[in-house]
Amino acid sequence: MFDSPLTIGSCVSLPKPELDRLMAALREQGYQTVGPRLKDDAIVYETVETLADLPQGYASQQDKASFRLMQTGRRNYFDAIPGAQSWKQFIFPPRITLFSANKDEQWHIREADEPAPRYALIGVRACELAAIEIQDRVFLRSDYRDPIYRQRREGLFILAVNCLYPTGTCFCASMGTGPQVQKGFDLCLTELDDVFLVEIGSDLGRIALSQCSFQPASAFVQQAANDGLARAAQRMGRQLDTSDLPDLLIDNLEARHWDAVGKRCLSCANCTQVCPTCFCWDAVDHINLTGTETSRERVWDSCYNPYYSYQAGGGNTRPSIKSRYRQWLTHKLGSWKEQFGTFGCVGCGRCITWCPVGIDLTEEIPALRKEAQS
Amino acid sequence: MSPITDTKTNHAAIHAEKPLHPYWAEIVRITPEAEGIATYWLRFADPGLQARYHFQPGQFNMVYLPGYGEAAISMSSDPEAEDRLVGHTIRFVGNVTQNIRRLKVGDQIGLRGPFGSAWPMQELEGQDIIIACGGIGLPPLRPALYHIIRNREKYGKVILLYGARSPKDLMYPSEYEAWQKADIDVQVTVDRGDETWQGQVGVVPMLFYRFRLDPRQSSVLTCGPEIMIRFVIFEALARRIPSERIYVSLERNMKCGQGSCGHCQIGPYFVCKDGPVFRFDALEKYFNVEEF
Repeated sequence: MFDSPLTIGSCVSLPKPELDRLMAALREQGYQTVGPRLKDDAIVYETVETLADLPQGYASQQDKASFRLMQTGRRNYFDAIPGAQSWKQFIFPPRITLFSANKDEQWHIREADEPAPRYALIGVRACELAAIEIQDRVFLRSDYRDPIYRQRREGLFILAVNCLYPTGTCFCASMGTGPQVQKGFDLCLTELDDVFLVEIGSDLGRIALSQCSFQPASAFVQQAANDGLARAAQRMGRQLDTSDLPDLLIDNLEARHWDAVGKRCLSCANCTQVCPTCFCWDAVDHINLTGTETSRERVWDSCYNPYYSYQAGGGNTRPSIKSRYRQWLTHKLGSWKEQFGTFGCVGCGRCITWCPVGIDLTEEIPALRKEAQS
Repeated sequence: MSPITDTKTNHAAIHAEKPLHPYWAEIVRITPEAEGIATYWLRFADPGLQARYHFQPGQFNMVYLPGYGEAAISMSSDPEAEDRLVGHTIRFVGNVTQNIRRLKVGDQIGLRGPFGSAWPMQELEGQDIIIACGGIGLPPLRPALYHIIRNREKYGKVILLYGARSPKDLMYPSEYEAWQKADIDVQVTVDRGDETWQGQVGVVPMLFYRFRLDPRQSSVLTCGPEIMIRFVIFEALARRIPSERIYVSLERNMKCGQGSCGHCQIGPYFVCKDGPVFRFDALEKYFNVEEF
């Protein structure tokens, strides 16, 4: 230890084994520590308790409809760009009870009264943090504050990590969200060979870090982190020119290219389920056989689901697959901006990796542009 | 963000803390209106809530039937009626509404609301008003009619163009006389007459050919099947009524009523919070795009 006080914005050098102590300190404070973990040859976000739970020595190779883990020969814990899951599942749960009701003479509503879990997210990438901030704009508006989201969001500890090895479907540099984490974290790691360079983002981070032993960050360590980040920005697998968005989409709602994509798209909804910003939900009711006990659940929905736009007595607004893909893309990179002041895309590339037929929005946008200019 | 309409979005303060929880109301009365359609008159179980609850013409509630779910349904009652009952005219077409049909007077139903934008009754003052609606499109406009009748001197000529499939599908027929007496020109048409029908036969937009209007001081309010709305707008624009003075109430699938669940989007708008009542110039870019 050294006696310089930890301050927000300052950086220290943390020996890698100390991350165990940091996670233990977070658990002692009541957090459930969740992070990347190898499972079934993929990476999922689950409970992690020690360094040994993290995917050491792996990187992910991602391309259209393709995700592969490979061994790097390095001993790093955070090289692997994550898989299909995002942190969204911890803040906006895929399935949660809104309330239940039971009937004697009258109906009575019962609230779900167990306290929301407090999660410490271990290894949040810059694009993922940007996605959380986008969902904040959706769920924490002045005219609508979602109680489920708010409780979970307020309780978060965010341990961010800078991306040094972007993969083939990454384009965060184009979207201005990464690879470097800018704000909104409690602690932020940059992983070097033997140490983490740790930046302190909040008092919560400062207090958690005070449980660990660390050294002052040397110029060499700082330089190595900066070099790594500069290299990472050059290593994006994909690019997207956003200069003419959202107008390009809004002005070309009847372009022929929508038909071409509609023919390839399966309307499987994968892109919306892996997207860290997609927020659509449905409500589902359950009732017992005697009709005296019911519950109402909120579940993730998708604009690709056939019943998404169905109105009782009014038919389906978007019966064709083409119209659903158009809705998704014009929302993400078009109308989202008017609704929430930002694009609904952070450039994480999940929708490209996990589309079973390899539809790639970084190719669809240029194709629409080409048609518009012809 | 640009203003969407000059009508205001009015979120219910009663829902700030628990925006997704329904509040119980009792069915006080059920009025059959037509085949498969009835009006449910509701009073909140909580007297405080009953006293606080106010809505504006054109707004809607999420109506909840335990175990079946919610449906977005406009209020069809007089917002200023003395008994302050909340009236919902419901067509039994979906999973929720078909089961609402089984409820009796005294049964409970859940409500959340009021949600959405309202017909611009203040902006319309001094104007001639053409109300064009079809089928189940009349109930969301009935509160506007009541408002006009209460404040009749504030409005110019008022013409109601209303169409239904057949004479027995016409809603609120017993009120037409009172509306006529209040100097509202009630023009009714049906798609198909029966042996006793002596009125108009044809679709609602064709009623535009039966009267003269002054485009400089006329506004149009329309609600009904989307195909009818399209042709009403066509006829209004053809008569030089500008799109800024055409107001449309849209219907979309809705789950939350507060711009959160995503279902009701049309372009940048959430129909539940930015609508359901839109000024047509805000919609123009999107309304004619097929399957948008």
